[in-house]
Amino acid sequence: MEKKQTVPFQGTKEQEAQLLSVIEELKKEKGCLMTIMQRAQEIYGYLPIEVQTMIADQLEIPLEKVYGVATFYSQFNLNPKGKYQISVCLGTACYVKGSGEIYNKLMEKLGIKGGECTPDGKFSLDACRCVGACGLAPVMMINDEVYGRLTVDDIDGILEKYQ
Amino acid sequence: METITLKINGVEVSAPAGSTILEAARLAHIEIPTLCFLKDINAIGACRICVVEVKGAKSLVTSCVYPVSEGMEVWTNTPKVQESRKKTLQLILSDHDRKCLSCVRSGNCELQKLCREYKVDDELLYEGARNHYELDESAAHMVRDNNKCILCRRCTAVCEKVQGIGVIGANERGFATYIGSPFDMGLGETSCVSCGQCIAVCPTGAIYEKDYTKQVFDAIADPEKFVIVQTAPAVRAALGEAFGLPTGTDVEGKMAAALRRLGFDKVFDTNFSADLTIMEEAHEFIDRVQNGGVLPLITSCSPGWVKYCEHYFPDMTENLSSCKSPQQMFGAIAKSYYAEKMGIDKEKMVVVSVMPCTAKKFEIGRPDEDGAGVPDVDIAITTRELARMIERAGIRFLDLPDEEFDLPLGLGTGAAVIFGATGGVMEAALRTAVETLTGEELQALDFTDVRGIAGIKEASYEVAGMTVKVAVASGLGNARELLNRVKNGEAEYHFIEIMGCPGGCVNGGGQPQQPGSVRNFTDIRGKRAAVLYNIDKNNPIRKSHENPAIKELYAEYLGEPGSHKAHELLHTTYIKRKVHEI
Repeated sequence: MEKKQTVPFQGTKEQEAQLLSVIEELKKEKGCLMTIMQRAQEIYGYLPIEVQTMIADQLEIPLEKVYGVATFYSQFNLNPKGKYQISVCLGTACYVKGSGEIYNKLMEKLGIKGGECTPDGKFSLDACRCVGACGLAPVMMINDEVYGRLTVDDIDGILEKYQ
Repeated sequence: METITLKINGVEVSAPAGSTILEAARLAHIEIPTLCFLKDINAIGACRICVVEVKGAKSLVTSCVYPVSEGMEVWTNTPKVQESRKKTLQLILSDHDRKCLSCVRSGNCELQKLCREYKVDDELLYEGARNHYELDESAAHMVRDNNKCILCRRCTAVCEKVQGIGVIGANERGFATYIGSPFDMGLGETSCVSCGQCIAVCPTGAIYEKDYTKQVFDAIADPEKFVIVQTAPAVRAALGEAFGLPTGTDVEGKMAAALRRLGFDKVFDTNFSADLTIMEEAHEFIDRVQNGGVLPLITSCSPGWVKYCEHYFPDMTENLSSCKSPQQMFGAIAKSYYAEKMGIDKEKMVVVSVMPCTAKKFEIGRPDEDGAGVPDVDIAITTRELARMIERAGIRFLDLPDEEFDLPLGLGTGAAVIFGATGGVMEAALRTAVETLTGEELQALDFTDVRGIAGIKEASYEVAGMTVKVAVASGLGNARELLNRVKNGEAEYHFIEIMGCPGGCVNGGGQPQQPGSVRNFTDIRGKRAAVLYNIDKNNPIRKSHENPAIKELYAEYLGEPGSHKAHELLHTTYIKRKVHEI
């Protein structure tokens, strides 16, 4: 199985100490795993293997148990958010106007799938449901900037601005 | 015990309180089909094959987890029930790789059997999305093919709950759910110990051992090669099941006959090297006791257990006996002593082992398992693979006469054959260690305290003025519990036997698979173990140190147990590993 290249883990000692104290505080409670994972995501922004391993080791449970929960719920991110967070609206109005193709083009262009981040940490890509600008469909956002009435050919030019 | 009376299909049935409908039906000689349910391992009511109608219930209920109650009326076979089961099967097949013809489980697949019974075939009734998965072939011993997985979760349950490892689990959700390792690591990159219990419980062909039967046939056909075979004790207690014989049939003689007809140049027995293991291990034990060595001494015959110890108790690898397992000792002696004695070039010798175990495939590739400068063992196959070879070669197993193993490496004692059951190595070691320590002949050879299928057993014996405390554990969850007691100072022992699989090698991951309908209602490991204890009882020689072939080996070649030469050939080293390597 091929290993995917990901953004290198950049956790600090402070973050680790914070996580360990959260675990220490919660570990006696039954069903504490999800709460710990939520708190860990608050601390690190996402749940990479390094963080999940810390949780598994401290709770003395298999890493797979943590990973199974992390991939079951959409609230958990396995990848960090990029410096530029791209979200493409796949809501009904945008979708019928072709946002699916915009999304595919971005995946192809950035070499990542939805929910992932480019290895240089620059762009992350997500799908979202309606940003309340259906009149501009199809719509995507990069951080707080809204781009509307998009065509596939616009993508190169827009990404250019963030290079 | 309180008894409950209910009606199943109109017939009155009595069942102990707390029974499930599935169990009560079985008492009334009615079998309800199951896929996900496995007694003591997996009771999640998820697959919905075992549904039945219960009077007053709003919908069909899952009989595997539904308890019986007084006056309950159950129907197991109505058109509604059958229609529901059929639909479930159709939906499973709609996302299933239907390559039954070449599937390793064809003929003993639990899904296939149900589809036959319910007349569900491979027509594409529900066309639409299908999941496609890459095979995971990263582990030394097995392949996982999620395309044939039905998400019953028996494998993940046995891995996590019974073995306490949990390197596979359900990832993602809904239609995207699949069984895998964390972060899509291959199994070979995880702390999987290769025990193969997941293979033993899989109802379909989604998990199977790496098949080396072709390599064995090719070696046999090569005129340049001298191919010898060894068979582990537990194989003879289970091989017959693959040919339709009842669980607990002794097929030692037919097995030897079949191996000869497959064309092996010599048909030998791992029992020989199990006796050799006892000689070395008993010597090591006495030496550690008398000279202040690391105690407790823990057996090292089970490679699944050894890898578990390396991952999960790395600070206890010093406690492991440095003795190689009987499989490896056999190879080392075959390629040194036997090769020299017979004038055979060890480079041209191929040692094949038939094992109830999948971890043996991992063990042959470990470092420091090449006593004679060449790998001790070349190919390790499971009991199932041997059955496949016999079938493919057209050998009519059931019609074969009983034959003997070849000499001298085919000679084993009663002490050796019980290695295949939990407590057997301990008993065999005690027979030799006690006689060595006391210098007197044992009056009673049966150490019954260490027998039986309990997960953890303890005993103490007065030997030559000292109290020897021993413990036995089988199944890695039990091993963990026992070792934690030792680590926390709650218990103290001199000698511990651990086998990776629950019940020992008789229940190994390489033994013939039995479907849920058998596993849930039969003490398989107990019946297989009884075969071994019976062979022991009837063997005129029941102590390893009285094996004439072993005596000759020491007199002619090794000198004394624990000698320099013995260490070179028969002992090995261990690795301190981590649970997570990231």
